[in-house]
Amino acid sequence: MRHALAQKILQRRCDQEVGAPGEIVRCRLSLVLANDITAPLAIKSFEKMGAAALFDKDKVVFVCDHFTPNKDIASAEQVKFTREFARKMGMTHYFEGGEVGVEHALLPELGLVGPGDVVIGADSHTCTYGGLGAFATGMGSTDIAGGMALGETWFKVPPSIKVVLDGELGEWIGGKDLILALIGKIGVAGALYKALEFTGPVASELSIEGRMTMSNMAIEAGGKVGLFPSDKKTLEYAAAHNRPGAEEIHPDEGAEYEREVVIDASSLSPQVACPHLPENVKPVEECKDIRIDQSVIGSCTNGRIEDLRVAAAILKGKKVDKNVRLIVLPATPTIWKQALKEGLIETFMDAGAVVGPATCGPCLGGHMGILAGGEKAIATTNRNFKGRMGSLESEVYLAGPAVAAASAITGVITHPKDV
Amino acid sequence: MFKGKAHKVGAHIDTDAIIPAKFLVTTDPKELGANCMSGLEPGWVDRVKSGDIMVAEENFGCGSSREHAPVSILGAGIPVVVAHSFARIFYRNGFNMGLTLLEIGDEVKKINDGDELEVDAEAGIIKNLTSGETIQCLPVPPFMRGILEKGGLASYVKDRLAAKA
Ligand code: SF4
Repeated sequence: MRHALAQKILQRRCDQEVGAPGEIVRCRLSLVLANDITAPLAIKSFEKMGAAALFDKDKVVFVCDHFTPNKDIASAEQVKFTREFARKMGMTHYFEGGEVGVEHALLPELGLVGPGDVVIGADSHTCTYGGLGAFATGMGSTDIAGGMALGETWFKVPPSIKVVLDGELGEWIGGKDLILALIGKIGVAGALYKALEFTGPVASELSIEGRMTMSNMAIEAGGKVGLFPSDKKTLEYAAAHNRPGAEEIHPDEGAEYEREVVIDASSLSPQVACPHLPENVKPVEECKDIRIDQSVIGSCTNGRIEDLRVAAAILKGKKVDKNVRLIVLPATPTIWKQALKEGLIETFMDAGAVVGPATCGPCLGGHMGILAGGEKAIATTNRNFKGRMGSLESEVYLAGPAVAAASAITGVITHPKDV
Repeated sequence: MFKGKAHKVGAHIDTDAIIPAKFLVTTDPKELGANCMSGLEPGWVDRVKSGDIMVAEENFGCGSSREHAPVSILGAGIPVVVAHSFARIFYRNGFNMGLTLLEIGDEVKKINDGDELEVDAEAGIIKNLTSGETIQCLPVPPFMRGILEKGGLASYVKDRLAAKA
């Protein structure tokens, strides 16, 4: 049987023949992930299973990134519980303090995930690693605990949707605009339970960072995974990030797809997802004049060095509007140091931004930039559900780093070409 | 092999219909079972006899990831759900909690409320004893049967670990 990318990757970690969508297969896991919110639940399930040891202490990763540095007593207790378990198990990859980065930015950077991997995480944005050609998806605590104990799990083979990224990337257009355009087109349930497989000239042209931004939001269309083929670019990235010897992975010629969707990059303006659903997508021109109180640049979607460069180029020599709080959170310590070296941090601070540590922070309304009732934010994050960044009466608009930076300067949602 | 009466429900039955949030204060299957489907219709469960079969239209179990939903169905004495399709997280949670699930697509139209069914999950055959029709579907694969036979993922893992030790 001819395999789409999803089946192709699963087959690499599966001893039986991977068949048609709907079939159930059992796969060996490359990595199991949890964070400071989900690890405690997974640990409790793990203990209920009577498990005494992890299947591999190098292949279970805990990243305490959501509320760290711990914002209150409850989060400190959660992290303490997680830390003690990690120590007891002798885990190699436990991250806290100065080593911590937003999990889905951190793991690819460290080479803990790479092409051809099968990864499960107790976090819905685990699908980010699809940008590297990994079959990676989020699951609940019992599943994660089973994975931690056995190093395997079961999957129902998903049907695949082929997403052709056509045309050319214009100025100011990045992975975020493409994925928002797709979600606007197919809706938040448009890929329910399915694999999104990205292909076409723009898919090859996109940087690995841009690909991860797109895969990251596969879940916002209901997708199980969002996959890019592992190509030359992927292998270069992998080799530079602790994963030498990775292989190219492409779908079979003539594989079957449930449907095909075409996104023409050439015709796109920067995209904005309006409250309160990621599918309420409009071109930036239609949002212009919406006043904002806060702009957030960071998260597992757009907190990478490439995003910071785009934002800094726009902010250079400019000032943030007096009525706007611009919050920049580089997603990992390595990105932070690189931004410092390139002078980006200075640019942000000169413009009047607050530059914070690598944390999820305001993305989930955790801390470090919560919205009051009636306030509006533009953010490079991935969800704009009601109350996601604070008060139930606040509003979040999602966009790429260029729009977030331009809007911080003017105080209203702005096309980056206008600043 | 399961044999029992079909209790048919509609499309997009969410986890709040299966077990409303106010009952989540317990994890006891019996207590959860006593309120199974009460978000759809209070007292729904009263007509169910142990061993009966739930039959649903598309996207059964959408909504939250609460594992209480399949537990409440099991607690109500229903060992198997046959549906047009299941929501992704419910599908995982169902098997993980020990509930047998079969997807049959449009064939679900061949089952009416109250029909007597015989379900062979291993072979993927559903016999409608009332109408005499037979429905063929993808069988539950051996691996999943292994989990179901143990009563769910937690005890499956427990036994696998014990066998290794
Ligand atoms: S940055 Fe936001 S979306 Fe990403 S892992 Fe953290 S909370 Fe989740």
